[in-house]
Order: sequence, then C-alpha cells, then structure tokens
Amino acid sequence: MIRPNRTLQGLSLGLGFAFLYIPILSLIVYSFNDSQLVTVWTHFSTRWYAALLQDDELIAAAWLSLRVALLTAFASVIIGTWAGFVLARLGRFKGFTLYTAMINAPLVIPEVIQGISLLLLFVELEKFFGWPAGRGVFTIWIGHVMLCISYVAIIVQSRVRELNPSLEEAALDLGATPLKVFFTVTLPLISQALMAGWLLSFTLSIDDLVLSAFLSGPGSTTLPLVVFSRVRLGLNPEMNALATLFIAIVTIGVIAVNQVMLASQRRRLAVAT
Amino acid sequence: MSTPIESPVAAARTPRPRAAWLARLRPSGRTLVIAGPYTWLLLFFFVPFLLVVKISFADMELGIPPYTELVTIDQGVVHVALQLSHYAFLLTDSLYFATYISSLQVAAVTTLLCLLIGYPMAYYIARSNESARNLLMMAVMLPFWTSFVIRVYAWIGILKNNGLLNNFLMSIGLIHTPIELYRTNIAVYIGMVYSYLPFLVMPLYAHLVKMDLRLLEAASDLGAKPWKVFTTITLPLSKNGVIAGCLLVFIPAVGEYVIPELLGGANTLMIGRVMWNEFFDNADWPMASAVACAMVVLLLVPMALFQHFQAKQLEEGRK
Repeated sequence: MIRPNRTLQGLSLGLGFAFLYIPILSLIVYSFNDSQLVTVWTHFSTRWYAALLQDDELIAAAWLSLRVALLTAFASVIIGTWAGFVLARLGRFKGFTLYTAMINAPLVIPEVIQGISLLLLFVELEKFFGWPAGRGVFTIWIGHVMLCISYVAIIVQSRVRELNPSLEEAALDLGATPLKVFFTVTLPLISQALMAGWLLSFTLSIDDLVLSAFLSGPGSTTLPLVVFSRVRLGLNPEMNALATLFIAIVTIGVIAVNQVMLASQRRRLAVAT
Repeated sequence: MSTPIESPVAAARTPRPRAAWLARLRPSGRTLVIAGPYTWLLLFFFVPFLLVVKISFADMELGIPPYTELVTIDQGVVHVALQLSHYAFLLTDSLYFATYISSLQVAAVTTLLCLLIGYPMAYYIARSNESARNLLMMAVMLPFWTSFVIRVYAWIGILKNNGLLNNFLMSIGLIHTPIELYRTNIAVYIGMVYSYLPFLVMPLYAHLVKMDLRLLEAASDLGAKPWKVFTTITLPLSKNGVIAGCLLVFIPAVGEYVIPELLGGANTLMIGRVMWNEFFDNADWPMASAVACAMVVLLLVPMALFQHFQAKQLEEGRK
C-alpha cells in the first residue's frame, strides 16, 4: 500500500481547514466581546446573548423560519422520494429527458432565476384565479420545496438503485400490490436516505435567503432576511451571538445524527454476520 | 386432443381488442405514478420559466402586477404587444456587456481557486484511514450546514480596514497601513471560494475514495514516480468528479447575489446583483425577467453539460 506524502497531506489539510474554520472561530470569539465595535476586544461579556433574547423581531422571524423549514422538510421528503423512485425504478418513459432535466436543473440554477420565475407564477395565478392571495408562508413554502426536492430525489434514487430488487420481487410474487410493496418493503429499506433528505431539506430551507426574498410578503420575514438586512449595514455583535448559537446547535445536531447513523450501521453489520 | 388447448386461446382472443382499447383510455398505475412528480415539476419549474420569458417582452406599468399584458382584446381585435427594447438594451448597453464578462470571470476564477484548494483536500481526505475520513468529511460539511449569510458576514470582520487580518499583519510589522480588501473584488473572491468549496470537495471525494488503490501500487511497483502516478492514473480517474464539482461551483456562482452585495464594492458587477436591483430597487419586473433570460442563455452550455453528466451517471447506475 502506498502511503501519501505526510508533509503535503498535513499542509494541504491544515491550510484548507484553517481557511474553513478561522472565520467561524472569529465569530464565536467576538460574540463574547463586550465592545460595540466587533473587531476591538475589550473584555468577556455575554451581553449580546442577552440582547438576542430581547430582540422580538429576530425571535419572531426565527419561529417563522422554523415552521417553514419543518413544513418544507416533510413535503420535500414526500415529493422528492416519489420523484426519485420514478427516476430509479420506472425505466425510460416518454419525456424522460425533460424529467431528468427538471430534477437536475434546480441543483445548480442561480436562485435569483428560480425566485423571479416562481414569483411570476404566483402573481399570474392570483390574477387569474385569485389564489394564492398575496405572498406569505405558503408561497415561501412552495419555493423551498422546489429547492429541496431535487436533492431528495437524487439521494433517494441512488439509494433505491443499491437495493436488491429480489426483495421487492419476492413480495410481489407473494401477492402484495405494488403500492403495498413500496410502503412495506422499499420505504423501510431506504429510511436512512429519507432521514438524510429530511435533514438536508430542513437546513436548506432554514438557510435560504434569495427565494424567500422574492416569495415573502409583508409580515412573513424569515430569519435569513432579518439577518441579511442587518449585516448589510455592517458589523453587528448581536449577529455574532446568533451565529454562535447556530454553530452550537448544528454541531450538536451533526454529531448526534452521525452517532445514530453509525449505530444503525453497526446493528446492520451485526445482523448480517 | 386439440380442443382443450384451442378453446381457452380462442376465448381469450375475442374480448381482447375491446379490453385493450379500454385499457388505453384508463391511465395505468405506472402512468399515474409518473404523472405525480412530473406535473409538480412542470407546474413549479417549467411553467414559471415560460412566464419569465413572457414577462420579459412586456412593458413596465404602475399597478399590480407591474407589467402590461402581451395580448389584449379590444372590440374584437386581438392586439399583441411585444416589447423588444429590454433585449435591445441588454445587447447594446456596454455596462451590461461588462457585467456578463465580469460574472463569468468571477465564476471562473472562483472555480479554479476552489479546485486548487479543494483537490488536495479531497485527495488527502480520501487517502486518510477510514475513521479519520468520516470525521474530516464531517468537518468539511459542518460550515455548509451553518447559516450562509452569517458565514459571509464573518469575512467582513476579518477583511475590514481595522479588521482581524489587517490588525494581525500590522502587529507583526508586515504592513504599516491597512490593505484595502473589504468592498473590493478580492473580498468577493475570498467569500465565493469560502462558500462554494464544500460543493467541489464533496463530489471529488466521492470519486477519489472509490478508486482502486491497487492501480496506484501497480504503477508504483513498475517504477513510476509519485507525480507520474498522480498525473497518469489518479487525475484521469477522478475526471468526472472534477467536472461535477466545477459545474456545481461555476453555474450558481455566475448568478450569485449575496456575496457581491455583502463583500463587493459598487464596482463589483455581477449579473445576479443587477437583476436583483432591477427587480427590488427599480421595480422593473420586465427588465429583471429579461436579465434572467440573458443569464440562462449565458449558462446554457454549462447547464447542458451538467445535465449530460448527471444523465450519464444515471445510466451507469442502471447497469
């Protein structure tokens, strides 16, 4: 076995991770700074965390974002799984190329394009059918689902392809309807992919700024919109505190999910051997 | 002897044409299963895009919605009004031309820098031992899971004139006056590379980790130097990962809005930013739609390449 060059390995990984983590560390350190000026260190303080708790606009926006993210995650997993299953198991059908293009394009297309196009759809729908009346949680939700289903579909289709088709065939031979096979055999087998898709959709939704900017109306300001309108004006220590909370929650979440996945992997290995 | 065999065949043959005809009328389960997500995607992805094309030919108007109708019927006469001036303006205005060039350039340089930083990272993570690998990939992903706006914001504190970087360089005596970074194109590049790096490392890592290491051993046993092994085996085998990663960075980077807005100066021209300003500041929806169409035209080739590449992967998975 050839060993990679240790010096080069240490150097490129060290520099790479320093680049990725120095900004995050600076956010955390300066969130505990007493000074109003973010870059001048005076002394340790938690005043910006206290200010965060008093900030009603921010808290309201956070609740709204959380609600939208939960709605988005559930809807994207349902629609995305359906779309991914069609991609993996139904072979080529009429319009297959257009179908794959419509799944792949949202992965890369600049969000401003998707934002304006969905906005125009809702405006025209309102003009002709009087629905949806204005923009708000519902329109943001649809936008976020459009953003996420492609990711879920790709995750699900690659997992479905790995499955042994004889499991589904056996169930069919034993007389189960295709729908029953899907719900009792396929879905449990791909549950981990569903979980990954759910988590990804949740984070994409709670983090989205551009689509929300196009699709939100008065009274439906999400957290990234509030954060953006404040950091646009320059440095703001309260945002450092918010960032630190975010990072803490995400780190705990990622570690927990990783533990759960490792545990279930080990269990599967134990069953297999 | 022949009757018991023939009769069921004959019995099955007679009602068949009618049943087939009926079956064609009633959509099969398969069609219904396909139609579900297909309709959703048509309604919320394809149709909206056609609307953008339509509105880009409309005229701006005060009202709700703030654009004119293309087709109006007045006393039994159908009037079709196509406003072509937006496109004429897009094609002739020199500022717009500079914006296209600068968007493509920023995206290309970002992609290249991501590749220069991301390839060694992905390569060495893939060559680490198995327990370290998962941990390191998690560390690459972690920033991606935290708020994007806040991560870009972090760079303001670092790059400002009295920010961390300038303070550090001045304290070690390397420079005496702060370097102007915040609100320049350099800041935009740093922010872009920082935000898009995980998108390149992930697909690249996925390709590099699957590689058969025995090929490298064979080459090395046959006397190839490490650099030669890398350029003749590793690099060609990771080609698909490189292409996927580069496209995942380049295409969204062309239309980026948030990073140039937060870190760039007034002279940082990006097409996403121009579109945003036309829409939100000038409330010129038709012009913004025309800019969106121009952006799609600009991205047509890379998008087609991405689609081709994804379809190829799909075919490989099928085998």
